[in-house]
Amino acid sequence: MEREFYLGAITEDTMTRRNYSLLGPDGARAVETGLAAAEWYHTEVPRKVMKDLMKRSDAPAIRDTIILYGCMILFAGLGIALWPSWWSAPFWLAYGVLYGSAMDSRWHECGHGTAFKTPWMNTVVYEIASLMMMRNSATWRWSHARHHTDTYIVGRDPEIAVMRPPVLFKLIGNFFGIFDAWAALSRMAYNAFLGVHPEEKTFVPQSEWPKVVKVARIYVLIYAATITLAIWMHSILPLMVIGLPRLYGAWHHVMTGLLQHGGLADNVTDHRLNSRTVYMNPISRFIYWNMNYHVEHHMFPMVPYHALPRLHETIRHDLPAPNRSIGAGFAEMWPALIRQLRYEDFFIKRELPATAKPYREEFHAEAPVGGTVAA
Amino acid sequence: MTQWIDACATDEIDEEDLIRFDHGAQTFAIYHSPEGDFYATAGLCSHENVHLCDGLVMGHLIECPKHNGQFDYRTGEAKRAPVCVNLRTFPVKVEGGRVFIEVA
Repeated sequence: MEREFYLGAITEDTMTRRNYSLLGPDGARAVETGLAAAEWYHTEVPRKVMKDLMKRSDAPAIRDTIILYGCMILFAGLGIALWPSWWSAPFWLAYGVLYGSAMDSRWHECGHGTAFKTPWMNTVVYEIASLMMMRNSATWRWSHARHHTDTYIVGRDPEIAVMRPPVLFKLIGNFFGIFDAWAALSRMAYNAFLGVHPEEKTFVPQSEWPKVVKVARIYVLIYAATITLAIWMHSILPLMVIGLPRLYGAWHHVMTGLLQHGGLADNVTDHRLNSRTVYMNPISRFIYWNMNYHVEHHMFPMVPYHALPRLHETIRHDLPAPNRSIGAGFAEMWPALIRQLRYEDFFIKRELPATAKPYREEFHAEAPVGGTVAA
Repeated sequence: MTQWIDACATDEIDEEDLIRFDHGAQTFAIYHSPEGDFYATAGLCSHENVHLCDGLVMGHLIECPKHNGQFDYRTGEAKRAPVCVNLRTFPVKVEGGRVFIEVA
């Protein structure tokens, strides 16, 4: 499969410096130029087909949720029973990945309201997953709405996982949740004691600010109670169940999350340019709830996770070829991230099939082609 | 001054679905409820300028295709974040198999 590598600026002197602050000049420029809240490219799908794909159902998510929480209770129970023996380690590792990674996808899909047909089921799973992921359930609903409005628009999207130039030690550290969890705890404390952060005020409506503070205070109470219990028991066991799995189980959601947009274009209005679909094994797809079909999800966020494979088959003629595996995705992305250390305008542009409509790349008109390689 | 505008034939909209209707500079969404009634609202989501016609009708709710915000299309009431502002609604009548909406 062909992968073109684009270099927007040739020398470091002329290279663009991105400012990712939501209060900074890049965001203001995106609003001025119409890049923010723009109309994005969509593949044409007949209305009847799309209605069928968008159809909601409780059954798949109830099945998956029973399996997920059932496994978590089982693994945590075995971990506790075998504690403090090293024989408990495999069960903690399994529990951790369901807590620190599967909860990321549950937070995501239930936040969209597409996982279950019944609204309260989405709400319950969303709130539990938000607590486990240390994401304020009030703030992050709005943050993710902005991510879908302005996907990888610099200065507008609050959920850009890989900024340019990439900070590799942070990316690697986040496989163990180190920087993410610290940032989440800091923001939790800020929200609980000082209120809504100025950056959050750019995407959370004022009517929701009291809720942000209330949720943060509830989280602080829960985590403080867990720490108190650990101190009282003279054991980290309570934290192995609540809190620490956000660190030792984060690796899978970081591994899959980096692939969503890493190394691809920013400041464009075509998800085929800035998002990546990767074929994955069934276990990863269960943990990730099919978000490996990421171009499809961004183009049509109304389609529930269980219908994404069908959506992929429906529109794949208009999309770049997916990466064949997680390993293939990293083999494509990682060298691009390394190049971005020196040239932050560098990005991967995937070739479209002959059946696809051309890319919308009006915002990339000035970028000269750097080279073409086979991946 | 208001006027009744001929928007579409009743059989142009499936039950539990909607279509887009443009008139002058305005855009509308016209709905066919599961009970067989017709309703009309502003065509763009009140959260961001996204056409609701690509969204999903579930019972009496319309879900925006971009951010999954929901409105009750009978009243325009915002029902699910990220929508906070109600949708404007318009009177509808059906005559001779045609759907008319009253616009200013």
